[in-house]
Amino acid sequence: MIEARGLTKVYGSKKAVDDLSFTVSPGIVTGFLGPNGAGKSTTMRMILGLDRPTSGQALVNGQPYTAAKVPLREVGALLDAKDVHGGRTARAHLTVLALSNGLPKRRVDEVLELTGLTGVAKKRIRGFSLGMSQRLGIAAAMLGDPDVLMFDEPVNGLDPEGILWIRNFMRSLAAGGRTVFVSSHLMSEMALTADHLIVIGRGKLLADMGTKDFIAQNSATTVRVRSPQADQLARALAERGTQTRQVDGYLELSGVATDQVGDLAASRGITIHELFQQRSSLEEAFMELTRDSVEYHAEVPTAASGSVPGGAA
Amino acid sequence: MSAPVAQRPQQQQAGGVTFVNVLRAEWVKFWSVRSTAWAVLALVVVTIGITTLFSWGISESYDQLDASERSDLDPANASLSGLFFGQLVIAVLGALVVTAEYSTRGVRSTFTAVPRRLNVLAAKALVLAVVAFVVGLVTCFVAFFIGQLFFASVDIDVSLGDPGVPRVIIGGALYVVGCGMFGFALGTLLRHSAGAITTAVALLLVVPPLIGLIPDALGGEQISKWFTSNAGTHIMETVSSTEGIGPWSGYAAFTLQWLVLLVIGAWLVKRRDA
Repeated sequence: MIEARGLTKVYGSKKAVDDLSFTVSPGIVTGFLGPNGAGKSTTMRMILGLDRPTSGQALVNGQPYTAAKVPLREVGALLDAKDVHGGRTARAHLTVLALSNGLPKRRVDEVLELTGLTGVAKKRIRGFSLGMSQRLGIAAAMLGDPDVLMFDEPVNGLDPEGILWIRNFMRSLAAGGRTVFVSSHLMSEMALTADHLIVIGRGKLLADMGTKDFIAQNSATTVRVRSPQADQLARALAERGTQTRQVDGYLELSGVATDQVGDLAASRGITIHELFQQRSSLEEAFMELTRDSVEYHAEVPTAASGSVPGGAA
Repeated sequence: MSAPVAQRPQQQQAGGVTFVNVLRAEWVKFWSVRSTAWAVLALVVVTIGITTLFSWGISESYDQLDASERSDLDPANASLSGLFFGQLVIAVLGALVVTAEYSTRGVRSTFTAVPRRLNVLAAKALVLAVVAFVVGLVTCFVAFFIGQLFFASVDIDVSLGDPGVPRVIIGGALYVVGCGMFGFALGTLLRHSAGAITTAVALLLVVPPLIGLIPDALGGEQISKWFTSNAGTHIMETVSSTEGIGPWSGYAAFTLQWLVLLVIGAWLVKRRDA
């Protein structure tokens, strides 16, 4: 279990993390979601005692991480896969970590096996691809067989196979009763992996709820139907009090399940070519929520804005 | 790629982050990069090589030296002349032991595994000091005997039994340790390889001969006498070449200087974000 209590980190005049309080529970994957620069990595570093909070504190299993007797057994963390000395072999890197915590040496072989790195154990890390580095980071995180795992943007830059592997891996860890805390700036990724979401923007907590609730709250579900007798269907639906819109050749309606639309059409003898439920994109929901808290806005020039690039000079 | 399985082996025994465990880890870490072995080899080769050339040169030109030059010649000290360059090699290694952690950001893995940062620093320092001493001692012994081989040709050689000679050789090893620690302290302070190495070279090699230029009214002579290598090298002399400073008082002053830097550096390492 991870607890953040009023965590705050100030760099100069900028609040990178602003009074964050949350709890990460065992047995589920908790997503830590926020746009780039929202303070996710800083928060994770503070949990590990790498960065000193300006105020507030973080507890892991009830105590500050830095007080742990066997730190690698408390938390396994993968912050940045490239945070290693490239001149060392994978095995040497893991051996150093295992020795420092007094972990048995066979753990090194076990985690190499677990992450499929046994074959490259004697290779120097600087020759590793990002995917291999990521696996090495996970191997290091698993060394102490910890109850709490923390991954910072673990799927960034990975190929689909690697992404799938990590996703399944995190799920299996949580299913085994561990606490899994994983950050991402991609809502779609979190929707697939996380059971619970902690959403931050500009260092502030924006949401702390189940992923399903988050999606339900932040995205409207609509039903789309395509029919050669669209007008007839629209009238039938209007009689039931359901308003429809024409969108891209479909009728779009909300507040009705697909079953009802299908039944209605059948009872009136209306032909249907397509009928499906559609969620407004999760990314859209996420962007809506974090709109005011995005650190760096990219200006999208539009004709209406009237400003021509370079023309203002 | 096999399907990921997060099996849970029963909780195994683990000793925890004791100092001895951290020390073992730092020992393996020290030797697990190639640059360490190269640096150690360079220390040995440079020191012995320069000593060989220098001793050869002295023995060749001994006939042309006048009486005062001959009496100033300290054959034991002269046989360690290669340390003039060897000191830089060990200082660079000392700096890199720390700065490589920061430049590769491996320091985050290190401090995640061992949150008690001063333990890491102490273990690193101890590993460096032990290696520097052992390698330094072997190097100084070999250099000493090679030097004396040349000096024997002009009959000015000394042996281990002569007064002060064992202390000179052990002193050479201790001086190597001090130079390594100088680099190490600067590494913790600056966290930057180039900065730490440049500063180490400046403090050990460039500034010492120049610092005497400070006017005596401002204590130039005293400052110069006690400044880093000016003070530290007296431990490698059978007879002190500077008045008012002995082998051990000089070495103590030298040690105090890197110790002060290291204490400030350690305080910063503990305080700063990794």
